[in-house]
Amino acid sequence: MAANQQHAEYAIETSNLNLWYGDFQALLNVCTKIKAGIITGLIGPSGCGKTTLLRCFNRMNERFENVRVEGSVEILGSNIYDPEVSVVELRKRVGMVFQRPNPLPLSIYDNVAFGLKVHSPWRSLYKDDIDAAVEKALEEVFLLDSVKDQLHRKGTDLQLEQQQKLCIARLLPLKPELLLMDEPCSALDAAGTEAVEDLLLSLRGRYTIVIVTHNMAQARRISDECIYMLNGKLIEHGETSDIFLNPKDKRTEEYIEGRYG
Amino acid sequence: MCALRGPVCSFLTRLRRILRIVSERTIVSLIFLCGVSAVIFVFGIFFFVFREGAPFLRHGFDAKEFFLSPDWYPTSATNKRYGILAQLIGTGTVTLVAMLVAVPFSLGAGIFIAEFCGKKTREIMKILIELLAAIPSVVWGFIGLMVMNPLIIWLTGAPIGLNVLNAGVIVGLMSVPIIVTIAEDAIRAVPDTYIEAAEALGATRWQLVRKVILPAAKSGLLAAVLLGVGRAVGETMAVLMCTGHSINIPFDGKAPFFHVLDSVRTLTATIAAEMGEAPRLEVNADGTFPAEALHYQSLFVIGIVLFAVTFVINVTADLIVKGIRKRK
Ligand SMILES: Nc1ncnc2c1ncn2[C@@H]1O[C@H](COP(=O)(O)OP(=O)(O)O)[C@@H](O)[C@H]1O
Ligand SMILES: [Mg+2]
Repeated sequence: MAANQQHAEYAIETSNLNLWYGDFQALLNVCTKIKAGIITGLIGPSGCGKTTLLRCFNRMNERFENVRVEGSVEILGSNIYDPEVSVVELRKRVGMVFQRPNPLPLSIYDNVAFGLKVHSPWRSLYKDDIDAAVEKALEEVFLLDSVKDQLHRKGTDLQLEQQQKLCIARLLPLKPELLLMDEPCSALDAAGTEAVEDLLLSLRGRYTIVIVTHNMAQARRISDECIYMLNGKLIEHGETSDIFLNPKDKRTEEYIEGRYG
Repeated sequence: MCALRGPVCSFLTRLRRILRIVSERTIVSLIFLCGVSAVIFVFGIFFFVFREGAPFLRHGFDAKEFFLSPDWYPTSATNKRYGILAQLIGTGTVTLVAMLVAVPFSLGAGIFIAEFCGKKTREIMKILIELLAAIPSVVWGFIGLMVMNPLIIWLTGAPIGLNVLNAGVIVGLMSVPIIVTIAEDAIRAVPDTYIEAAEALGATRWQLVRKVILPAAKSGLLAAVLLGVGRAVGETMAVLMCTGHSINIPFDGKAPFFHVLDSVRTLTATIAAEMGEAPRLEVNADGTFPAEALHYQSLFVIGIVLFAVTFVINVTADLIVKGIRKRK
């Protein structure tokens, strides 16, 4: 029971996480616990390893051939780097949104249904169920009204902001526990950014969200906690207000004040 | 700088400048000539083929008979007939069987090379496939004659193993390299962001191929197959050796209707086999040609037909490939 409660409190726990790209060590001994149900921002100067850390949480780093990982990452209670863990199952529970919106070259409908189809045994899905799931997901990301009559349009033909919403929507039918977002607004204009931020805030509480952001103001606006990284190390992890108003580490303070980054 | 004084010096400088300009112009025009000559050769060949075939088109040509009659008796003493239906069907059926062999095999190989194998295997596979492309067509014909022929007789009990099946398999294998190469390019041109997106959603490798990569690469794959078709239609030596070279339509009313163990003859093989014995005769004084001249001319008209077919296929493939580039 106690263990369960702990799982409920923390969505991700990393311990002594090290990662190398070939000879280059991109993460050094990262130890942290990310709380469930809130939005955690990942901040730090360019090249400090934010994307790398984020991609450890759904093992997307394994796409590169020269990556080596040591240490453990526990997601909802089990170490995802255990050999018997299924990457397919992991990625069903941990969704990811990328820096550039990357809808598949399929219809809007098929984009949202893709995850469901991929994770269901052949012929086990009914069209009505898929329809309902697609509609619900699009509704959740505030996209339904604008695309309701054009579900068969290509997802890649939408505006960037809508594409990014679609990329979030396609994760939802799988009922993920965690959403990882790598600078999801960096390709969007101000209005698009605001719309996606509103969306994230509306998802807050239902999903655990980890968001990489370059934008200090954005981190302040939407995150509950922040992790500050520098040169592959985790420097500070705390409530967003603490990180911004009274950072404990000198380096965090300097970054917040804009002395580098 | 200039040891000489006055007018001599200025003359030398001017000479040097003129020489430089002249040599630059020469190089530019040489390059231009090389570029233009490619175009000139294509038109030249087309002109030549057309000129040789033109008298037949003007005199002996009856489009209905030419395309719809299977009677090919260009050297008959009493009743010369020029129908290429059997050869058209021969070319068509050999190409069809070739594609039935080559397309699954090549697309499978292309997908494997582009998506499923490691770097080292990929390099080895590509070298092997290039090797396949380097085998001369007469060697393929030899394989058909000496290996496939007894094999088909042994397996099917057919009286003769030189037929549509034999030529189809051989030409299919000959088309594999071009299809694999272009298919692999098309598959590898699928943007990595699509693949990343599907992988992040938990798609397995096979789902990724089936649901994302193949749909995204489908025009490129179509172009690859079309180029393979062009290759198969134009193949000459190997089909000449493997089809049995007999004027015959491998269809009839009896099941299974299409007889893959029938011998046929193709358009290309007809030209290759008969060109040597068809005399090129000059026009008579009254502007007509002697009857024997039509054989030679009709072979060139077959050439025009082939030219037109492969031209259409290649242009279609080209347009498809261009369409892909534009969308990116
Ligand atoms: N695939 C890779 N191969 C080698 N080095 C990489 C690769 N991806 C990232 N890196 C390096 O790892 C470091 C961290 O990169 P990244 O996590 O992308 O930083 P951030 O997202 O914070 O800008 C950088 O120095 C970068 O050059
Ligand atoms: Mg990054």
